[in-house]
Amino acid sequence: MAVRRRGGMQSDPDIPVDLWVTCRKCGGMHYRPEYEAALRVCPTCNYHDRLDAAERIALLLDEPGRFQEIDADITAADPLEFSRPSGSYVDRVAKARALTSRNEAIVCGIGPLQGRPVALGVMEFGFIAGSMGSATGEKITRLFEHALRHRLPVVTVTASGGARQDEGLFALMQMARTTAAAARLGEAGLPHICVMADPTLAGVTASFAAVADIIIGEPGATIRFAGSRVVQGTLRRRAPVEDHTTEWVLRQGMIDLVVPRRELRETLARVIGHLAPAHVTAPAPMAARAARV
Amino acid sequence: MLEFERDLDELRDHIAELERDAGADSNSHVVRELAVLQLELEARTADIFAHLTPWQRVQLARHPQRPHTQDYIDRLCSDFTELHGDRRFADDPSVVAGLATFEGRSVMVVGHQKGRSTAENVERNFGMAHPEGFRKALRLFDMAERFGRPVLTFLDTPGASPTLDDEKRGQSWAIAENMARLARLRVPVIVTVIGEGGSGGALALGVGDRVLMLEHAIYSVASPEAAAAIIWRSSDHAEEAAAALGLTAPDLLRAGLIDRVVPEPEGGAHRDFDTAAANLRAELARMLQELCAQNVDDLVSARYAKFRAMGEHQNVPAV
Repeated sequence: MAVRRRGGMQSDPDIPVDLWVTCRKCGGMHYRPEYEAALRVCPTCNYHDRLDAAERIALLLDEPGRFQEIDADITAADPLEFSRPSGSYVDRVAKARALTSRNEAIVCGIGPLQGRPVALGVMEFGFIAGSMGSATGEKITRLFEHALRHRLPVVTVTASGGARQDEGLFALMQMARTTAAAARLGEAGLPHICVMADPTLAGVTASFAAVADIIIGEPGATIRFAGSRVVQGTLRRRAPVEDHTTEWVLRQGMIDLVVPRRELRETLARVIGHLAPAHVTAPAPMAARAARV
Repeated sequence: MLEFERDLDELRDHIAELERDAGADSNSHVVRELAVLQLELEARTADIFAHLTPWQRVQLARHPQRPHTQDYIDRLCSDFTELHGDRRFADDPSVVAGLATFEGRSVMVVGHQKGRSTAENVERNFGMAHPEGFRKALRLFDMAERFGRPVLTFLDTPGASPTLDDEKRGQSWAIAENMARLARLRVPVIVTVIGEGGSGGALALGVGDRVLMLEHAIYSVASPEAAAAIIWRSSDHAEEAAAALGLTAPDLLRAGLIDRVVPEPEGGAHRDFDTAAANLRAELARMLQELCAQNVDDLVSARYAKFRAMGEHQNVPAV
């Protein structure tokens, strides 16, 4: 897998930025070429560092070139004309688009996973912390609906700070909307597998992700309902310091399994093979779209 | 008492005093003065309530004397039988639920329950439900469906309880499973936000065929304090957050995210529980009648379409 150098990594100004990487979990320093070759998994603490959507798609699909993106033209509106002290929502979205070359915090499409076409939705954490606004919710809902129409299994990869506050109640309603779409897919006997990557929080944990048939956690990811700032704002006391990691939620019984990045594609293919209808045939999504128009 | 209510209350006290002093004396001078003061009270109340700021509405929605779920159940339903427990872990007093008769029909009622005294609030965790509270609700949604009984829910929570213990027992999962179940439930579901509709903890009881809000209730992506903590990194900015989030009933009706605003009595629901409940009864009765007449498949499809339509996005060329 080819991985690009990313801005998310912490770096010491005295150290050549290209050569060394500091693990955000344990602080261990790693020689970048080796770290990238290890799919950005920390050799010291096994933390699975963040991947952007393109890297994730490359990791999961047989031939990333055969990924056919859908709904790439959908982006955020600004229903509340919202502004923070640090700038307007419109500006934040513009910056996020420039930074990620994506129009929204999730990339959706169809592609082959070990020979079987799947509907794949990968969250882009670099886009406003992967937060879920109306446009994000619209894309997730459409992904489930597309999979339902074409009888495809769904794989979602979550990396999100939760509901996007800048859209107020519109953002909250995306929880209901995406969960309803996921529930409808389940009624039709089609599987939804969710991979919770670092971090999966709040409005995303507590919606379509949590109702997946099988939930896979990436090692060392933070998975929780209430972020520390929300706990502090609500209870007026310091958030508990416990680490809400993948391994912790596995022990609590909330996810099915923890899978190392190297084995992710194979594991997904195996469980989908068990659950997905045997007769899955996927029409080319572009042709299907053209036919509907 | 809220700050903006204080002047009104002084005026009310003054009127009461005059009435007491006047007693049986029907002196025309006193009667006239009383009439004038009464008119002034009404005018000032109307004026204040016509220009409520979002933060004032937040305060009203959280008013310690505001009617809570149990107060509405008592006034709307007869023979309420409370049902307890999630059959898994515990009973959560921050959610009350049970069978009752509403307008001659057996219904399942489920709502967040705040306390009025400090002791009761501690017992009820200030209306912040634990996973077992949501799972009690889920158990009863299932029961309602099995026996073909409509569901009425009442939302009044600052948010789902966010402690480590709640995380341990899967707060996110409890909320998501309730939404998924409600979204597909094969009986009518009517949701009423009676006070605070706080975040995912509210939405866990909030997916229905109709969503109503009391006039001074609020409904928000996060409590103003939590939103301020996220946006301004400090809950001290709650008032600004309240103004920015568009969380009032009129705002949300305009946004198309709720179906109806239920008027409250002059001065707010806490001044007159009976009128608040009567206003709500009228709306609920009409809507329930309408929903019960619908074919179940159509009902569930329409509910899906209703939430499907919530959101605003735009299309731009793919990057």
